[in-house]
Amino acid sequence: MDPKAVHGFVGNKLSFSEVTPRDGIRMAAEMAPEDVVAIIGASGLRGRGGAGFPTGKKWEFARGQEGSPKYIICNADEGEPGTFKDRLILTDFPELVFAGMAIAGRAVGAEFGILYLRAEYGWLREHLDAALERCRVANTLGNNILGASDFSFDISIRMGSGAYVCGEETALLESLEGRRGDARNRIPFPVQAGYLGKPTVVNNVETLAWVPCIMVKGPSWFAAMGTRKAPGAWLFCVSGDCKRPGIYEYPFGTSLRQILSDVGAENAKAVQVGGASGTCVPPAQFDRTMTPGDLATGGSIIVFGPGQDMFAVAENFQHFFCDESCGQCIPCRLGNQRMLEAIGRMRKDGLTVDGERNVRQLAQTMTVASKCGLGQMSARAFLSILNNFSGELPGHV
Amino acid sequence: MDAQQTLRTEVEQLVRVHGRTRTALMPILQDLNRAHSYISEDAMLAVSDALNVPRAEVYGVATFYSYFSVKPRGTYVIRICRTISCAKQGDYHPAIAALFDELGIGMGETTSDGMFTIEQTNCIGMCDQGPAMMVNEIPHIKLTEASVRSILNEYRHAALAAKKAQ
Amino acid sequence: MDSELITVTIDGKEVKVIPGTTVLEAARTAGIHIPTLCHHDDLCSEALYQQTASTPHQGEHSHQHEESAMLSTPSSCRICLVEVEGLPKLHASCALPIHNAMTVRTTSTAIRHARRDILELMMSEHYGDCFACARNGTCELQKLCADYGVTSERFGRPHEPLFEKAEIGNIIVRDQNKCILCRRCVRMCALYQGVYALTTEGRGDHSRIATFMGKEMKDATCINCGQCINRCPTGALTERDDTDAVWHAIEDPDKMVVIQTAPAPRAAIGEMFGCEPGTPLTFQMNTALKRVGFDKVFDTNFSADLTILEEGSELISRLYKALVLKDNTAALPQFTSCSPGWIKFIEHFYPKYLPNLSSAKSPQQMMGAVLKTYFAEKNGWDPSKIVSVSLMPCTAKKFEAARPEMDASGYRDVDYALTTRELGRMFKQAGIELPKLDKTPFDDPFGTPTGSGVIFGATGGVMEAALRTVFEIVTGEKVESVFDHADIKPVRGFDGVRMAELTISKVGPVPEILSHLVPDFEWLKGATLRVGLAHGTVNAIRVMKDIEEGGPLSQCHFIEFMACPGGCLGGGGQPIPTDREIRAARAKAIYSEDATYVVRKSHENEDVLRIYREFFKEGPCSHKSHELLHTHYKERV
Ligand SMILES: Cc1cc2nc3c(=O)[nH]c(=O)nc-3n(C[C@H](O)[C@H](O)[C@H](O)COP(=O)(O)O)c2cc1C
Ligand code: SF4
Ligand code: SF4
Ligand code: SF4
Ligand code: SF4
Ligand code: FES
Repeated sequence: MDPKAVHGFVGNKLSFSEVTPRDGIRMAAEMAPEDVVAIIGASGLRGRGGAGFPTGKKWEFARGQEGSPKYIICNADEGEPGTFKDRLILTDFPELVFAGMAIAGRAVGAEFGILYLRAEYGWLREHLDAALERCRVANTLGNNILGASDFSFDISIRMGSGAYVCGEETALLESLEGRRGDARNRIPFPVQAGYLGKPTVVNNVETLAWVPCIMVKGPSWFAAMGTRKAPGAWLFCVSGDCKRPGIYEYPFGTSLRQILSDVGAENAKAVQVGGASGTCVPPAQFDRTMTPGDLATGGSIIVFGPGQDMFAVAENFQHFFCDESCGQCIPCRLGNQRMLEAIGRMRKDGLTVDGERNVRQLAQTMTVASKCGLGQMSARAFLSILNNFSGELPGHV
Repeated sequence: MDAQQTLRTEVEQLVRVHGRTRTALMPILQDLNRAHSYISEDAMLAVSDALNVPRAEVYGVATFYSYFSVKPRGTYVIRICRTISCAKQGDYHPAIAALFDELGIGMGETTSDGMFTIEQTNCIGMCDQGPAMMVNEIPHIKLTEASVRSILNEYRHAALAAKKAQ
Repeated sequence: MDSELITVTIDGKEVKVIPGTTVLEAARTAGIHIPTLCHHDDLCSEALYQQTASTPHQGEHSHQHEESAMLSTPSSCRICLVEVEGLPKLHASCALPIHNAMTVRTTSTAIRHARRDILELMMSEHYGDCFACARNGTCELQKLCADYGVTSERFGRPHEPLFEKAEIGNIIVRDQNKCILCRRCVRMCALYQGVYALTTEGRGDHSRIATFMGKEMKDATCINCGQCINRCPTGALTERDDTDAVWHAIEDPDKMVVIQTAPAPRAAIGEMFGCEPGTPLTFQMNTALKRVGFDKVFDTNFSADLTILEEGSELISRLYKALVLKDNTAALPQFTSCSPGWIKFIEHFYPKYLPNLSSAKSPQQMMGAVLKTYFAEKNGWDPSKIVSVSLMPCTAKKFEAARPEMDASGYRDVDYALTTRELGRMFKQAGIELPKLDKTPFDDPFGTPTGSGVIFGATGGVMEAALRTVFEIVTGEKVESVFDHADIKPVRGFDGVRMAELTISKVGPVPEILSHLVPDFEWLKGATLRVGLAHGTVNAIRVMKDIEEGGPLSQCHFIEFMACPGGCLGGGGQPIPTDREIRAARAKAIYSEDATYVVRKSHENEDVLRIYREFFKEGPCSHKSHELLHTHYKERV
């Protein structure tokens, strides 16, 4: 299948189109690994997979690990509802992502890369294999990359099989190792003991795509795009009730209102920022900005128009988590089921004081007690809808 | 060769491609799942023996991932996205209704000719172009009642042509 | 290892720990109890390390793949949550290794609320009534619900079962309505037993514990060892309850109900009546059994000693065939056959080695066979009216008793095999306060207490008993000449796989009883007898691998295999809880009982010698003994 057939709309010019991946690799090849880490660190690049961890720090940590071999894993499991930027990046800029992985390998001392591609993007596989082959021919992958005797790196593609939780990095590792995608304990961290127990860097597709751009254009170019506290730009995936859904690049600090006006959604009644794991923002808060600290985002913006029933939305999200929870821990597996039932009940009968206290307490327990990020964030959307739209419940005065 | 022996040979071939380690388990199950639309009990036993992974573990893995099935499914597995951006589109319900109507089956069911199975899935990353569905590995976007019917017809024709070619 | 100790503050107390110690462990050393459900002391990393320590294949695991996922605690129940100063959220203390100084709180409003929510969430899919549950009183979930004041049903309760309970035909009975998905059973089955009969099936709201293809336990590769039952915190796993049938037989005036009691339950049943682990109640139990209405109470030690004579003679004749006659059908090493879990294990996983198994039946079956023949004849009892019951530490004994081939006398050797837990319940139903009872001896003619029979209850015991007998028979010397007090210490202990050697420096004449098997013992002069032991079938796998690779264990002559960790004293039918410390206490009780008995060698058991004089007149491994006391095995898939 030709990936262009489902390419989708791109709303503005993307920085990725201005960079030749090969240039980034060449710069890394000519540099000492610790300098590569320093450049990425100086740019202030943070992970685009959701947690927003500073990429330079992660690499530095991995670089300091003794185990070998080390692995670079590109997380292309993009499963957060309303997120599709990795799809576009892998369609239009696969070489940029591979370059980012190779540079990461250079930086931390890894020679093996794995791209974990979600099953739902299986149609990209051929396209990516062809791109990999081109890179090998161009010697931007393989042995002695671009003639550097101490720089070898290659990438293999491994597929997921339909599990949102496998985007969580430790569940992803379990899946790669041939097991159920049950999230692992967070200590040790993947950079200490990841794939097959070896030091492993897991980075998101977009994170890695920015890497060669930063190498070529410099950390200050990147930093200058955003605010002082949140340097850089981000790809936003806009879907839902708007005139121009698609991909948009914005610097950090852009206001939600600005984005809504660009996409043709001025009449939005609510916006879900960050996917099912994110928060639902009411119109009164549309002046908030896309910044870690304010509206942290995984890049997903779902617009709800005036006609939408917000508790039906909450129900849809909760159903998602019931399905997609790995099912091992109690607060997430059972908490989500009970939460889903509670939403159904409140949609029918409204909300009692006791009922509200119970769901809030349950949400709290899911948030603080769940084993991984999935459970910890699975009550967020509902809580924000409850906080802002409880007027939509029956019997509400 | 009996069916089980054929499967064992098939698994051995996959082992040659993917290796005989635990990390080969997912790729091997993926290939089996693609080739047969599901992973049968015999297939799991063959994999268990070939990789020396306990059969219950193979089963645990095979039942975790939504793309895998341990029960027979149709040649074409239709996965319709039920997540928010698709489910809130105006065309979503008419498209699903057309699917049910055209195939005469409901969610989770397989047509009697073994051609189609309809399943629900979560977000497939086509939210900007929903409602969306996958048919095996191929995404279909901007579904409407009419487009669903014509997509199904295309698959029917493809299947017919494949049969004739045999 | 980094030996610098780290100081952590837990609820205001300072504790110094080795780096890597979990907060849970650290709290315990400070005397602070943190509740757990998915964690079990047998399944923590230290126990797992010990379990596999000092084996020829250190570091290598049962199946080819590494088991890191199984080895680490799943930290999935989340009940052991604590607060760590400076970190957001709550953290599972069982999975929180200490690498830096930290300040921890194990109780606070947030923690209590979370724990209560977790318990109520568990109850929200829990169907079953405590009063009707085999685990009432020993259920960890029930206890925590009481501790945390779970009185409301804020998240609801199911009003009808969500799952069907498959009882018929299954020895291991699963009631998923009571399962909290803690996975202790899965990990126990994998890590101690190497069986992997269980897994988690499905995902999210469809997750549940299942066998391959969701088969019933009887159709799975399960060896019925019951270790999963013993680790289950709830009533989700139990053994088939045969107590009603036994009560029924007792109350039937037409039936003579005879019970034999194995050594391991005696050292453990007191735990169900408030005694410290390791309190032997052998003779009080006899009193209780009579009170309950059993017509005769026999000592399985008798048939254990009989087993030693049969199995020991078999060993001698195998060695003779293999070493002197060069008969390659005599498979060595010879494997013990008294653990029915191990038997089903080898039938499933190593069928190639079935010829190595001793053909001798287990003590339970031997007792059953002589009961309905020798004993019935001698006493003029109608064998069809004898109901043969056994008290065993073991759930697999139920399977063994039901094996179709176990009826050479024309009657079932054993009609009902009760676990320690089942009998404890029967006593309670009869209002018996076991520890307070007087002592009663066993009934004749199978009632001589012997140390050699008692130690069958511990890992290494069968081997020790066999060595005491084989040594004395072959050399004509007292075993005390080599081992003080006849304590063969090298085969004792809890290491997963052990080996020992015994050199036969001189030989004696062949005793009458064995003259049909070997002409003399000259060929054994100067020979070194090498023996091996394994307990917990994961260690059996280690032994089998070593044998396949021609390692040191392949050079052994005789290997003892016990399916359960610790041997029978850690059996799957023993009181719950069972863990390392409890197993050690029971072992101590068993060995101290052995030391007090006058007869401590199977070949000196007068009851056994008598049965060879009166019944098996042609001696061990003769035609008649083969018919009644030996059996055969089959491959299973
Ligand atoms: C439930 C869950 C799902 C996630 N899904 C993804 C995903 O699809 N893609 C991704 O890159 N990161 C995902 N993450 C975040 C990863 O765990 C990890 O933080 C990330 O891949 C690290 O890369 P980064 O530092 O470049 O962001 C997910 C996290 C959670 C808790
Ligand atoms: S929070 Fe949910 S997804 Fe994460 S470990 Fe727990 S059950 Fe699995
Ligand atoms: S499993 Fe525990 S809580 Fe459940 S019914 Fe039995 S005793 Fe009660
Ligand atoms: S009885 Fe033993 S073999 Fe069977 S499932 Fe339980 S632990 Fe596993
Ligand atoms: S059966 Fe028992 S041990 Fe196994 S997961 Fe369920 S509650 Fe835990
Ligand atoms: S919501 Fe349907 S593809 Fe994302």
